[in-house]
Amino acid sequence: MASVKMPQLGESITEGTIAKWLKKPGDQVKKYEALVEVITDKVNAEVPAPLAGVLKEIKVVEGATVTVGTEIAVIEESVPSSGAPATASPATPVAASAKSAESVAPATPSSAVPADGGSQEGRTRLSPAVRALVEQHRISDAELERISGSGIGGRISKKDVEEFVATRGEAARSDGATAATAQPPATPGQAIPLSPMRRAIATNMLKSKQTIPHAWTVAEVDMTQVVRYRQQAKASFKEREGIDLTYVPIIIKGVVEGLKAVPILNASWSDAGVVPHREINIGIAVSVDDGLIVPVIRGADRMSISGLAKATDDLARRARAGKLTLEDVQGATFTVNNPGTFGTILSYSIIAPPQAGILAMDAIVKRPVVVEGDAIAIRSMMNLCLSFDHRVLDGVSAATFLQGVRRWLEGFSEQVPLY
Amino acid sequence: MATKTEQVQAKGGKNRHRSLGLSDDQALRMYEVMRLARAVDERMWLINRQGRAPFVISCQGQEGAQVGVAAALKPGHDWVAPYYRDAGVVLWFGMTARDQMLSFFARREDPNSGGRQMPGHYGSRGLHIVTGGSPVATQLLHAAGVALASKQRKEDAVTATFFGEGAASQGDAHEAMNFAAIHKLAVLFVCENNGYAISVPQTRQMAIQDVAQRAAGYGFPGVVVDGNDVLACYEVAATAVARARRGEGPTLIEAKTYRMTPHSSDDDDKRYRQAEEVALWRTKDPIQAYIRYLREAGVLRDEVEQAITERVTQQVDEATEYAEQAPDPSVDDLLKFVYKKDVSG
Amino acid sequence: MASKTIIEAIRGAMDEEMERDPSVFIIGEDVGIRGGVFLATDGLYKKYGEDRVIDSPLAESCIVGVAIGAAVNGMRPIAEIQFADFIAPAMNQIIEEAARFCYRTAGDFNLPMVIRAPWGGGVHGALYHSQSIEATFGHIPGLKVVIPSTPADARGLLKAAVRDPDPVLYLEHKRTYRLVRGEVPEGDGVVPIGKAEVKREGTDLSLIAYGLMLTHCLDVAAKLAKEGISAEVLDLRTIKPMDEAAVIATARKTGKVLVVHEDNRFAGIAAEVMAIIMENAFDALDAPVMRLTAPDVPAMPFNHTLEEAFMPNVEKILAKARELARL
Repeated sequence: MASVKMPQLGESITEGTIAKWLKKPGDQVKKYEALVEVITDKVNAEVPAPLAGVLKEIKVVEGATVTVGTEIAVIEESVPSSGAPATASPATPVAASAKSAESVAPATPSSAVPADGGSQEGRTRLSPAVRALVEQHRISDAELERISGSGIGGRISKKDVEEFVATRGEAARSDGATAATAQPPATPGQAIPLSPMRRAIATNMLKSKQTIPHAWTVAEVDMTQVVRYRQQAKASFKEREGIDLTYVPIIIKGVVEGLKAVPILNASWSDAGVVPHREINIGIAVSVDDGLIVPVIRGADRMSISGLAKATDDLARRARAGKLTLEDVQGATFTVNNPGTFGTILSYSIIAPPQAGILAMDAIVKRPVVVEGDAIAIRSMMNLCLSFDHRVLDGVSAATFLQGVRRWLEGFSEQVPLY
Repeated sequence: MATKTEQVQAKGGKNRHRSLGLSDDQALRMYEVMRLARAVDERMWLINRQGRAPFVISCQGQEGAQVGVAAALKPGHDWVAPYYRDAGVVLWFGMTARDQMLSFFARREDPNSGGRQMPGHYGSRGLHIVTGGSPVATQLLHAAGVALASKQRKEDAVTATFFGEGAASQGDAHEAMNFAAIHKLAVLFVCENNGYAISVPQTRQMAIQDVAQRAAGYGFPGVVVDGNDVLACYEVAATAVARARRGEGPTLIEAKTYRMTPHSSDDDDKRYRQAEEVALWRTKDPIQAYIRYLREAGVLRDEVEQAITERVTQQVDEATEYAEQAPDPSVDDLLKFVYKKDVSG
Repeated sequence: MASKTIIEAIRGAMDEEMERDPSVFIIGEDVGIRGGVFLATDGLYKKYGEDRVIDSPLAESCIVGVAIGAAVNGMRPIAEIQFADFIAPAMNQIIEEAARFCYRTAGDFNLPMVIRAPWGGGVHGALYHSQSIEATFGHIPGLKVVIPSTPADARGLLKAAVRDPDPVLYLEHKRTYRLVRGEVPEGDGVVPIGKAEVKREGTDLSLIAYGLMLTHCLDVAAKLAKEGISAEVLDLRTIKPMDEAAVIATARKTGKVLVVHEDNRFAGIAAEVMAIIMENAFDALDAPVMRLTAPDVPAMPFNHTLEEAFMPNVEKILAKARELARL
């Protein structure tokens, strides 16, 4: 008998919620086969079986949250058949051996997220009826990923697709004003059951507000130059790169420049002292159906605007498709939030610990502004709202950072390299 | 009940057929059918040995028993449930040389089966010949059932069923005789005892001398007759038929005879029979014996004999010619007639 | 409409057919003065006499072989095999003869005859009074095999069998004889051979069965409904020739199918039903087609515990259906 424990899915994670058991007691499990879906505030991950055998017992039911290291299941180890080494890896094409020299290091549990092919078997193996419906209703891969499978192992059943199609139809009828979400219908007076992600967000936000003394400050930025430039460049950029040039990578570039100028904001509080980070890893908050997820652009300080645009696009796309890996959501040193998309002008964001700050970019709106020579001009204005951990830094540093970002954005011109 | 196993010996005399109530024409007609059965059979062997047809199973040597019994029945009124050697029976009941050859070549027009069964598996509802398969003795129960229906409708039709001494070992033979006896059914159980079930001699088939002895166990008469004496066979059959029509029940007739050919075209009888034994029985050929009688009786004069030979030869030639050129079944026919009424479509 | 048990419906159908057609008669062991060991022919001997209700010798091949001959000669026999378990001595007559008469004569002969046989378990009948034989005979082209599960079908299918020009094996589940009661319609009420019937409509999954298992499946469907699972129940009614269109239709409708029978698993009727679905409705399947059958042991033992373990029952079907619903 071997016990399966709640793994630590990322640094600073102390607990995880069982989202879905992919095996039931009595099932044969292969080593590295997806065993259980665990949700932490960072990630929705499939935990692979640590060894081959039979799942004897499930100790933690779906929906329950337990601390890292808690026994969640028991697997009875199968005796390897003679001749076949128990640790034999799946047949690997010869070509893969070229990489072996670099990848001899044993995989740590936290990085053992199954590769695309082997993961989520229940979801990816579609029944003929589901395939037929997918074809008939032209359901995209992304949509398919959003359908929550009600079958064993999260399998998407015919009924699931039919229900999805029915609700999709409603969403389309209601003028597309609201995105279809998988939320259960709300009944006044009755509690809506918490999704694991909702619960994780609640826990984390509460912890942040209870432990971090938030301070908040705002800078007003004239984005006219940026807007003008983007108007000129976006068509050719789209043609060249295949993705839209949005304001987000440009602003992240400005944030990176600001953090370089005020490195204390790119740091973490600990009782032993403030820990500055060498790399600048920018978390970008992406809203998804049932909440919020924050994938990370690693090494943002080494990226061009074009590189940031691609990274942003890729992460956002994968976040909405539910295809982020654990690595994608780990290690942010600072977060950028973009509520302006939804028309807000002043946002007070909550810091994601152990970071020291979070910057909200609000809506770019045209306003009459007094410009040089006391003239009044119409400019494209935007508020940058910074929440920061007052234990780590003070208002001066925060204001210096904001001014740095503002100056960089206002000084934007064709001279700033995209690449 | 008084039961008996009689031994019927052919009695001499030039007027035997007349004393049995047979006219000269009827006697000659029996002769011609025996000749036709033999001639068709011989032609089949020739064609088989030329490689033009895959299988023959013979009547040769048993024509006397077959025609003698059949001649006591009323074709079209009475019924027969023959076995695979009974060419003489079915020819008497209305089949033709052409029918035989169509079956031999397995043509679409084969009236027995449309080319589905091997030769010798006779059947015609219209001619009152109950279809037969290859498992032996099943037809004895069918004969009992046919006779039961006649009895239920209070008809006087008689059903004769034919089988070898090997088939007499089957449970169905017992069950049929027992049932027919209980209900006093109008059945003639005709055992053409040719001494061998393929290679197994009678001594390994049963511990008794005569199959007919078994009739006593069921409570009806059993009669042993010289199967190579067509008139003797007619005589016992006529007696049994009369008894049956009177509602007195079945009779078991055992016609002692011999198979002059191997079991089939695929058999080598030299492995189990002495050439001397076969040669001896050839001298007892029922056709030759009947020829001798008919000549002595002054019925079979040379010109009659010649005319019969010509007719037989002509029929066989015509039948062979016709059947060999007749069309095969079409592939579509394969799926037809699984049911009389197909409900699956 | 009158409420009848299955045994009453069977008896009534034979009576009606004998009344209607003088060529119809009954032959079998104990069918006469005893009225059959299950009383299926009770009263018919008295009414129609010994020429039409014939007590046969204790010989199954005789019963069937004589029936074949009588059918050749214009009669419409109903042959009773006392227990399906005892049909083996008649198999040569059924398979080699009855089933092949029409085909081997290219339609010249046909056999309008019925072979009735009580089958099935759950009656403490042990190895030789409990067997299922439908797969064995369903495999034989030329035979028709029907299994009614309700009184109306028992009457209607028996009438159809008597009037059919081909040999029909009419199997009566002996446990249902007096267990299942239902309305029997006025009038002729013939139920066509070769037509299955949806006995309960549903959308989530299909239960396909016949005989006692059909009764169980209806119970299961009612229980599933309380759990929010909508189960369709298809009564095959005719095993051969099978109503493939009905099987395909229900499979296409629900995408999930569980086939249930108390016959052994290997090469059973469920296997055939599953194959039909795979060949014709694969694209509509939402889960692997499932089956619940008796195990591959020779027959159910006498001991009650072992009998229970052998037979599929409501609990077992329910569990399997839930499993299928969850998939």
